[in-house]
Amino acid sequence: MSLKIVNPGLSTSIQDLGRPGYFHLGIPMGGAMDRFALRAANMLVGNPEGAAGLEAVFMGPVIEFDKTALVAVTGADLPVKVDGEPRAGWTAFIVKAGQTLSFDFLKSGARAYIAISGGIDTPEALGSRSTYPIGALGGINGRNIQAGDVLPIGEGDMIEEGQSVPVEMRRLPGTPAELRVLPGLYWHRLTEAAQDGFFEDDWAVALEADRMGYRFKGGRPLEFVAREQPFGAGADPSNIVDGCYSYGSIQVPGGLEPIVLHRDAVSGGGYFTLGAIISADMDLIGQLQPHTPVKFKKVEMAEATAARKARKKMLSDIRAHLG
Amino acid sequence: MKTRYTYGGDEHIYVEMDDEMSLDAFFKSLSMSNAVREANIDGVTEICPANASFQVRFDPDVIAPEEMMRRVQELEHKADDAEKQMATRIVEIPVYYQDPWTHETLMRFRERHQDPSGTDLDYAARINGFDSAEGFIEAHHSQPWFVSMVGFVAGLPFLYQLVERDKQLQVPKYLRPRTDTPKQTVGYGGCFSCIYSVRGAGGYQMFGITPMPIFDPEQKVGYLQDFMVFFKPGDIVKFKPIDREEYDRILAAVEAGTYAPRIAEVDFDLDAFNADMVGTNRKLMEALNVA
Repeated sequence: MSLKIVNPGLSTSIQDLGRPGYFHLGIPMGGAMDRFALRAANMLVGNPEGAAGLEAVFMGPVIEFDKTALVAVTGADLPVKVDGEPRAGWTAFIVKAGQTLSFDFLKSGARAYIAISGGIDTPEALGSRSTYPIGALGGINGRNIQAGDVLPIGEGDMIEEGQSVPVEMRRLPGTPAELRVLPGLYWHRLTEAAQDGFFEDDWAVALEADRMGYRFKGGRPLEFVAREQPFGAGADPSNIVDGCYSYGSIQVPGGLEPIVLHRDAVSGGGYFTLGAIISADMDLIGQLQPHTPVKFKKVEMAEATAARKARKKMLSDIRAHLG
Repeated sequence: MKTRYTYGGDEHIYVEMDDEMSLDAFFKSLSMSNAVREANIDGVTEICPANASFQVRFDPDVIAPEEMMRRVQELEHKADDAEKQMATRIVEIPVYYQDPWTHETLMRFRERHQDPSGTDLDYAARINGFDSAEGFIEAHHSQPWFVSMVGFVAGLPFLYQLVERDKQLQVPKYLRPRTDTPKQTVGYGGCFSCIYSVRGAGGYQMFGITPMPIFDPEQKVGYLQDFMVFFKPGDIVKFKPIDREEYDRILAAVEAGTYAPRIAEVDFDLDAFNADMVGTNRKLMEALNVA
């Protein structure tokens, strides 16, 4: 079977859980910004959790189905319709051959995940179907979907419709959003006052917030410990000798606006990073709309590890609930 | 050199061999990242060597971060003892300096530059004490470069020139990064040259462009059929200045699938290089000429 894209929405891409193993060549992991939501959507339609689905940003696509399929939409609250009739989010529903899937205006969150029984079956590039436009890998010819595209769908088992992830098991950031940070990397480059100020200040998501990185504004500029710049780094105190960037690490070019590096981020570069968002909170970033107020919270490794365990338990609870 | 260990969140160990760039720091970083790979530690998912640092990504569900840190630190002595030599290759990369495409782009982003009145190359030449852009270009291509990191975007090489510290050119990055850089632009930031593998954002000064693709996701380019990325750390590069006519000729050969870069197998020994840079470089470049 296949899906015909009538309208791609604002920015809709094919994503799975990404392509690990090529970061040392500058090819990022990629994959869904909110992996939790993609996994849940796949579970609802009986797919392997890493099957490829659609990631729709702010606005949903319009899609025609040529065969009956089971569908689930998770993540952002983007009201779902089949031939104009509403369907519930985080719940599996049938779309029959000839019917059209569409969406109303976004209510909360930023990215919705659409899973179809059988999964999207476009060719893999380096082991993943995830779209990475800069490197022209994955997706349809390495790009986001466009009107007129026809997406092949794999063979899936038609499990029953109506299964649902209970509200308390869903996950979206609160307001103001709290993002937990493990200080490290080049943390020592900041003065003590700047270190404290980073966690005290009120930040907000800037307009530049995409799969490569989320920029934040509103806090005070960061001050650096004075030093003579090391050879090869460049003159600005925020420059370092180009190194690798960790996923979730927070770079602050010029000490002005922090940028959290996300799934499609560059793999390295010459800006200092002050630490990283803990792995358990990375999914939440992809659900933040521009202007959302954000507080960064300092944590230690024990809390990061505990939060990661809690997130895994949420996923296993959903698995158990759906049987 | 002072090694610094730190966490990058709960999934990465970041090891900085030194805060300044040197070939010693590069070799130690490469040796140590190789030692981590050979140790086959359960839970390690990716190892990424960089210019003077490296990063290990791991799964904290398989190995606790503190344990991972301990295992990496234990391997430092192996890197200290490792021989600083490698069997590698030297590649000739044709460069059309002062080309019209990077010129158009640098003019478009002039307000983000330290010197909006000139060009990137005029600025770089002036702050490095050259009378003209030509002098800087001569210094850029007359001695070879070492690929000390691959990354940023797909297959982009960071290059460190094989000359004495006092002859190394340094230029700042743009005040604010550009949102556009032509594909295959030869750039310069800090002490590093680079070749932009794809079109996109960039902060390095722009000096020229090569007609030779170094990344091909479709793997149609003849010399990229085995793998889509051309460079790996340790490769040695010799830039060769070309004019518009030769640029067009090579581009046509690339498109016809007949272009093959000049490559020669060489050994690189850091101690031998430090003892005689001029002689070592001459040997490296001679290998290219007889290939």
